[in-house]
Amino acid sequence: MSRTLFDKIWAEHTVTDLHDNSTLVYIDRVFLHERTGSIALKSLEEKNRAVVRPEHAFCTMDHIIDTFPGRGDETLMPSGKEFIQSTREAAKKSHIRLFDINDENQGISHLVSAEQGITLPGLTVVCPDSHTCTLGALGALAWGIGSSECEHALSTQTLHVAKPKQLHVKFEGKLNKGVSAKDLILSLISSHGSAGAKGMAIEFSGPVIDDMNMDSRFTLCNMATEFSAFTALIAPDQTTIEYVTGRPFTPKNEQWQKALDAWALLKTDKSAMFDEEIVINCNNILPMISWGTSPEHSIGVDQILKLNQASQSDSVKGALEYIDIETDQDLIGLPIDGVFIGSCTNGRLSDLIAAGEILKGKKVKQGVKAICTPGSAQVKRSAEEIGLDKVFKNAGFEWREPGCSLCFYAGGEGFAPGQRVVSTTNRNFRGRQGPGVRTHIASPLMAAAAAIDGCISDCRNYL
Amino acid sequence: MSNNPTMTDIGAEIQPLVTHSGITVPMLLDNVDTDQIIPSREMKKVSKQGLAEGLFAGQRYLPSEGNARALNPDFILNQQAYAGATILLSRKNFGCGSSREHAVWAMLEYGFRVIIAESFGSIFRTNCLRNGILPISLDSEVITLLHQEVISDHKENRINIDVANTAVTSPSGEHFSFQLEPHFQEMLIGGLDFIALTLKRKDEIAQFIQQDTINRPWAYL
Repeated sequence: MSRTLFDKIWAEHTVTDLHDNSTLVYIDRVFLHERTGSIALKSLEEKNRAVVRPEHAFCTMDHIIDTFPGRGDETLMPSGKEFIQSTREAAKKSHIRLFDINDENQGISHLVSAEQGITLPGLTVVCPDSHTCTLGALGALAWGIGSSECEHALSTQTLHVAKPKQLHVKFEGKLNKGVSAKDLILSLISSHGSAGAKGMAIEFSGPVIDDMNMDSRFTLCNMATEFSAFTALIAPDQTTIEYVTGRPFTPKNEQWQKALDAWALLKTDKSAMFDEEIVINCNNILPMISWGTSPEHSIGVDQILKLNQASQSDSVKGALEYIDIETDQDLIGLPIDGVFIGSCTNGRLSDLIAAGEILKGKKVKQGVKAICTPGSAQVKRSAEEIGLDKVFKNAGFEWREPGCSLCFYAGGEGFAPGQRVVSTTNRNFRGRQGPGVRTHIASPLMAAAAAIDGCISDCRNYL
Repeated sequence: MSNNPTMTDIGAEIQPLVTHSGITVPMLLDNVDTDQIIPSREMKKVSKQGLAEGLFAGQRYLPSEGNARALNPDFILNQQAYAGATILLSRKNFGCGSSREHAVWAMLEYGFRVIIAESFGSIFRTNCLRNGILPISLDSEVITLLHQEVISDHKENRINIDVANTAVTSPSGEHFSFQLEPHFQEMLIGGLDFIALTLKRKDEIAQFIQQDTINRPWAYL
């Protein structure tokens, strides 16, 4: 019988099919972070339950830690220190490998997990973070869970899951100038709605994916959760194999050969069926920018926001009011107060290189607070090796230590109420970057162009 | 299935939900995300408790400088008519966004036991079920109808839920059925602990791992 990539990984991890159409799924890797990791571990301890396979669990510090140079356990976030220290203690007690604050491999969990070879093609990976789907770019079945399921995974090495339906999204055509993976996913979400994937598992494929580097694939899969997908997957190919080769937790010697043999089978069979299919012609996609308070509220740079007054739902009206824009308004030229480049969506080396190409030799517009936070210590190091830190700093950007940073406001550092920000993050939700902050999500190219112009602008003018 | 653990010998983990009748507060918006349900800055303690105060904090309180927070009288949860609401009615994609289970803990602590919406964020939905909150998906027309009935007299017009029969009854007595996976249904009715249930399958899991280390030795560290 023909099977999809998802079917194959699912079957391989089925401990038992339960009597009610759900499956007990074996979990290869669990990743924790300081916001929820300590709560899960503490809760297990209170119930007298053990972490059954600590060598397959990992933890990082990313959500709450400060990103200022010279940082320690103290954070601007009230009680942040308590989260950090209790996570450190709990990880130690449970014998879980922790990438601590100033570890040379610390970073956002999804970046660390890939960089370290902890996530590999064909593995099942869970983390109490919705953007765990990022790792589907490696051909792993990776998805975000809550704390209760995290406790379940740690104490049983399994999860009880109903098998989701499957959606095939094919990207055809060619990418236009200035268009990146971020624009593809924003375009997909804006055209099908942020509930569009209806809880299905997505497989991304097509010639555009074949040509994509790993960083872009991570960006694409990262925002599957903003599309309401269970997760997203990309079949491993030569690009994937080259990426995972030689990483610290990648299998070695004869195990490496066995892994390669297994990964060669990780593709959807020719006649396999999906429940739904979407075909995207990339020739029609331009750089995107969000205008509202959901990623589905996004448009191409050439478009003027046109919403029929009659058809405006309360949600749309509320979004327009919060973001403080009018229908029929051209977003280009709208003055901004801040720019943030970073996050698990766009905090990788090629994102910083792309932004750096625009920033080189230029200055951030006066009055704009511009921050770049590399997604991991490895990304930061690699960027510094090629002088990117200087490009950002000379342009007037702050150059930070790795972490989730200003993707969300945890009570410490944020933008000020009413400020307008262009951000390479994944969520333009109200209050996400601070109470009253107006977030426009876009690609690193769009964010860099906005920083220089001091307003929302078209990155293609700089390419 | 003979090797199925029996449900009766599993300790209670969540407060059971068998039938429920409650005041319903309408929040008829799409994409009410978990950042709105509980902003990051409200998750102040390494704990599942004490979160109700942060529920919908961005809208529930008036902007203030200091620590004392004044309630925003315009926000629906602060209106007298909805005091003691245990059911929330919403539109598409309720609970989308961050996986923070704090959103569910905050709702539960505030008193919510049922959320009715057109659809839910998938992680949020599972988080609800694991904590004894029932997420019910219904068509948009049904939600419009429930809304109309509820706002006509919010105090008296209770919505009734029957978990065993997966049925919602509107204040005027109209019945609507909803979908619920059998394992979650059993869990809600019995207040079961999923981890304890799974641990009963310890041997089965061990057998799987034994075979799997032969099939996929490269996957084990």
